[in-house]
Amino acid sequence: MLTVVTPMVTGTSCKCLPDNSPCSLGLSKCEYAVNSQRPVNLDLRTIKLPNTAISSILHRITGVILFVGIAVLLYGLDKSLVSEQGFAEVKECLTSPLAKFVVWGLLSGLMYHLTAGIRHLIMDLDIGVSLESGKLGANLVFIISAILIVLMGVWIW
Amino acid sequence: MVTNVTNFSRSGLYDWMAQRVTAVVLAAYSLFLLGYILANPGMGYAEWQGLFANSWMRIFSLMSLVALSAHAWIGLWSVTTDYLTPMTLGKWATGVRFLVQALCGVIMFVLFVWGVQILWGI
Ligand code: HEM
Repeated sequence: MLTVVTPMVTGTSCKCLPDNSPCSLGLSKCEYAVNSQRPVNLDLRTIKLPNTAISSILHRITGVILFVGIAVLLYGLDKSLVSEQGFAEVKECLTSPLAKFVVWGLLSGLMYHLTAGIRHLIMDLDIGVSLESGKLGANLVFIISAILIVLMGVWIW
Repeated sequence: MVTNVTNFSRSGLYDWMAQRVTAVVLAAYSLFLLGYILANPGMGYAEWQGLFANSWMRIFSLMSLVALSAHAWIGLWSVTTDYLTPMTLGKWATGVRFLVQALCGVIMFVLFVWGVQILWGI
């Protein structure tokens, strides 16, 4: 990046714009951007989240939860397939409140990640990408996944 | 700046596409399995084991396991690349990020091999 500010003389080409477009303030556009005194905040830790951003971060968090959950699910799958007795043990284990809670937690993560993921794919098709429909979509994801999560709870308990 | 030499395919666009294709496979598999369990309450061992003994189910499961490995790797790569940066970690960021990503890769590989063993062990 250029940091040296070179005053522009009319007719001289810009330092870093490929199209040599005219420059304002005697600086090339990129020199201007780099040296601009506008406050810039790219610090994720201090940015407030609107509901679209919340839906996005939850998708991320549930993705990581699912990754951790794979080990638990594989363990159960292994045990349940290896023998009749293992299957019975897994079934027995799934009656304990703790196991139920863990399974419900994982299914909730999956339901949210799945709903938000499908919204993602729909938006990748360029559908619902305006600011308004984006907000609507995020709210729909909250509502649909909440319903699914409650249904999962009803099924488990 | 965070460089992307550690991503899945050397190309962000290909990673992006792979993330989507694998997402569809994972959605299909998880909905199928959930639907199957829901549709067969009180399922016994024979039926459960029989399901996973089918060739098509093994193919479907293996495909999902491959999809899962790629999806999780690309996903965790994105997450680590976003947060484990010089801004949050200072000058050791690149090393820390590399190690964390390597750890994610190793864990995912172990899970993959374990999954294959489960599918072919029965
Ligand atoms: C079942 C195991 C799954 C795991 C462990 C998993 C994990 C992850 C992780 C860690 C991410 C990264 C999050 C981010 O970058 O913000 C991610 C992204 C994504 N997941 Fe999943 N996921 C799973 C299933 C699914 C399913 C079933 C869908 C179905 C639609 C899906 C759709 C997506 C999409 C579209 C993205 C990309 C988001 C982006 O580019 O920002 N995932 N997943």
